[in-house]
Amino acid sequence: MHRFANPARFLRIARVLTPLLTLVGVAVTAVGLWIGLFASPPDYQQGESVRIMYVHVPAAWLASGGYFGVALASAVSLVWRHPLASIAARAIAPVGALFTAICLVTGSLWGKPTWGTYWVWDARLTSMLVLLFLYLGYLALANAEDERGGGSGGDPGQAKGAAILALVGVVNLPIIKFSVEWWHTLHQGPSITLTKSTIDPAMLLPLLLSLGGFTLIFGGVVLMRMRAALARTRSAARGRRLAEAYA
Amino acid sequence: MIFLILVRRDLSLALRQPGALLLPVVFFILVAALFPFAVGPDARLLARIAPGVVWVAALLASLLPVETLVAPDVADGTIDQIVVRGIALETWAAARLVAHWLGFALPLLIALPVAAVLLGLPALGPLALGLALGTPALAALPLLAASLTAGLRGGGALTGLIVVPLALPVLIFGVADAPGALRLLAASSLVIVALTPFAAAAALRAAD
Repeated sequence: MHRFANPARFLRIARVLTPLLTLVGVAVTAVGLWIGLFASPPDYQQGESVRIMYVHVPAAWLASGGYFGVALASAVSLVWRHPLASIAARAIAPVGALFTAICLVTGSLWGKPTWGTYWVWDARLTSMLVLLFLYLGYLALANAEDERGGGSGGDPGQAKGAAILALVGVVNLPIIKFSVEWWHTLHQGPSITLTKSTIDPAMLLPLLLSLGGFTLIFGGVVLMRMRAALARTRSAARGRRLAEAYA
Repeated sequence: MIFLILVRRDLSLALRQPGALLLPVVFFILVAALFPFAVGPDARLLARIAPGVVWVAALLASLLPVETLVAPDVADGTIDQIVVRGIALETWAAARLVAHWLGFALPLLIALPVAAVLLGLPALGPLALGLALGTPALAALPLLAASLTAGLRGGGALTGLIVVPLALPVLIFGVADAPGALRLLAASSLVIVALTPFAAAAALRAAD
């Protein structure tokens, strides 16, 4: 892992990987969504509205996967002071928050024809909402720290408070999830739990394709954001050097 | 024992400003009194939502003292002195947590009967026990948020976003009247209390 600590080496690899991941991701997602939206059968109970699953499930996976990515990168940045890890955590968080929002919106749109309402206080919906709040807290703290001018090195993107918050959040996430599920079973009966029967192969293929495609796009966007953050740091440093030279 | 000295220092500082101690309590009663105006004076409805209202009011009141938890000690150099003398910041954070809990939870528990009368709460005992078990977490999370935002501009606005999602388990287990809820409340409160001194000290160390 320390082999990639060098930003120059990282940038060389990322320059190749970014378009590769993004373009392959877009292609795979397009195929998966085309099969999912046009070529796969409608569900015998939910009808055509099941097709939103091909966007909803990848968004849900990337929402929680993204938060664990933020926490992992934060742990690496705290333990090994890895400068790229801190940038990675900041790059993943907004994308993860966006997918959490997509997951909530698609779930809500699916709920209207299926449950008859846009929002129910279902355990999974509620956990997703709390996850969105955790993301927003992390992003707000990271932005405030970067605005102040970063950590002890004075480098924006390297302040540690947001990383500590991400670790506290990931420790509390299972407790929050458990408490929400416990609260849900306490408050309302299992009237609207979606009994997931074994999924038909005709639906599994597009689901897996869009899952893989969205994940590739996620990786590409995160690399893009990391490269942009590194470029920003470099141009700021160059500006400082020039200002000193002409002073 | 440096821990006890720090607790005594924080407590005597807090007692010098009784107004600052009373402010969250007044706010707590104010929020509890606001709900009857908002949902109507129906006694049955109020009695049904009373535990939830009390917990939400306590959670909101816990956000008020955030600015006084860490920032003054950073500004007047107490934190620097602690570090220079080789005292672990974890000790400082744990002492601050204990002192703040005593200064926050005791007045809140004393004010609880007032809120209970206003809302027509049937049984006071379980709620008082729940608040006694849950307030350590409600004291710890603002301390954590205050340490994370120490020295940031507009840090006060961030604390709500940081505290509320993490306080959710305490709120859920505190309001529920199912068997085992109190134990789960104590457990989730304990996790937060055990975590906070370390996270707060790490945040303070990172901030300077």
